[in-house]
Amino acid sequence: MPGIIGKKIGMTSVYSAEGKATPCTLIEAGPCVVTQVKTLEKDGYEAIQLGFGERRAKNTPGALKGHFEKAKTTPKEKLAEFKGFKDLNLGDVVTSTVFTEGDFVDVVGTTKGKGFQGVVKRHGFAGVGEATHGQHNRLRAPGSIGACSFPGRVFKGMRMGGQLGNTRVKAQNLQIVKVLTEKNIILIKGSIPGHNGAFVLIQN
Amino acid sequence: MNNIVKEVQTELLGTSKVPAFKAGATVTVHYKIKEGNKERIQQFQGVVIQRRGSGSTETFTVRKMSGNVGVERIIPVCSPFIDKVEVNKEGDVRRARIFYFRERTGKSARIREKRHFSKEG
Repeated sequence: MPGIIGKKIGMTSVYSAEGKATPCTLIEAGPCVVTQVKTLEKDGYEAIQLGFGERRAKNTPGALKGHFEKAKTTPKEKLAEFKGFKDLNLGDVVTSTVFTEGDFVDVVGTTKGKGFQGVVKRHGFAGVGEATHGQHNRLRAPGSIGACSFPGRVFKGMRMGGQLGNTRVKAQNLQIVKVLTEKNIILIKGSIPGHNGAFVLIQN
Repeated sequence: MNNIVKEVQTELLGTSKVPAFKAGATVTVHYKIKEGNKERIQQFQGVVIQRRGSGSTETFTVRKMSGNVGVERIIPVCSPFIDKVEVNKEGDVRRARIFYFRERTGKSARIREKRHFSKEG
C-alpha cells in the first residue's frame, strides 16, 4: 500500500461524534513529487521515490540538482521510497488524498534524542529502591550484571546505560482521524515518534 | 502554540462558547446528559478553581460542596456536552489557581466578589 512523506506539526485533541475527546497528532502530509520511478527491469524492484519539503538551490549538491531537474521540480529536502503506488510518472504530485478517514497506518520517524542515559530511564530498571540502609550513591545503579568465574564474562546483550532515543522507530497501527485535503493535513490518533517539525514517513 | 494547530482547532471545533472568567468566579454550567435515548440538561454550580491549557484543549475545574463532600468537575472548554456557561459572579482572588480553597470550610471558604467601578459611577 502507498505512503507519503510528512512533517509532524504538533498535538491537539478533537471530539468524536459521541463527544469523546481523542488525542491527535497533526501531520503536514505532502504534497510530494515523484522524483524517480524504479522499475523491475532497471533497478530489480518496483518503487516510487517521493520528494517533500522545499530546499534552497544554493544548498543542494550538483548531483541532486540534476536529479530534481529530471523530474522538473524544485529541489526537495527529504526523499523516500515507497512501494505499492501504481501508474505514477516522473513529476506527478501525491497528496494526502491517498489516505481516507479510518485507515490504519504506520508512522516511521526518528525519536527525540535523550543522550546517554542510565538503566533506570533506558530500560525501566527499578534502581536500588531505598536511600537508607547503607546506600550512599547507588540509588539508580543496575546491580549485578552476571555471575563469577563461571562464565567469567558478561553475557552479550546485557542491558546497560547508553544512548537513548534518536533512533528510527515505527509506530504501528495508528488510526487516521481526519484528512484535511485543502490544508494537506492529516490527524492521526495518538502520538508519533519525533519532535515537532521532524520528517516522518506515513505508510499503510 | 503552533499557528497551524490553532487554525485546525478553530476549523474543526469552532471558537468556544464559554465566556471569559477567571479562578474565583462562581459559574453555573448547563451540561447535556444522555440517559438512554433521551437528552436532558443538568446544572452544576460552583467556584472555578483553575483554568488550564489553551485552544481546544483548555479545561476549567469547578468545585462545589455537595452536602459535606466536595465535588470537582473538570470541564473541557470545547466539550460538545456543554449547553451554556453562566458567570454568576467574579471573585476577588490573588492567584490563577486557588487550590488552597479546597482546605477551606465554613466562613473561611468565602470569596469576596470582584466589583467593577467605573469612573463616572
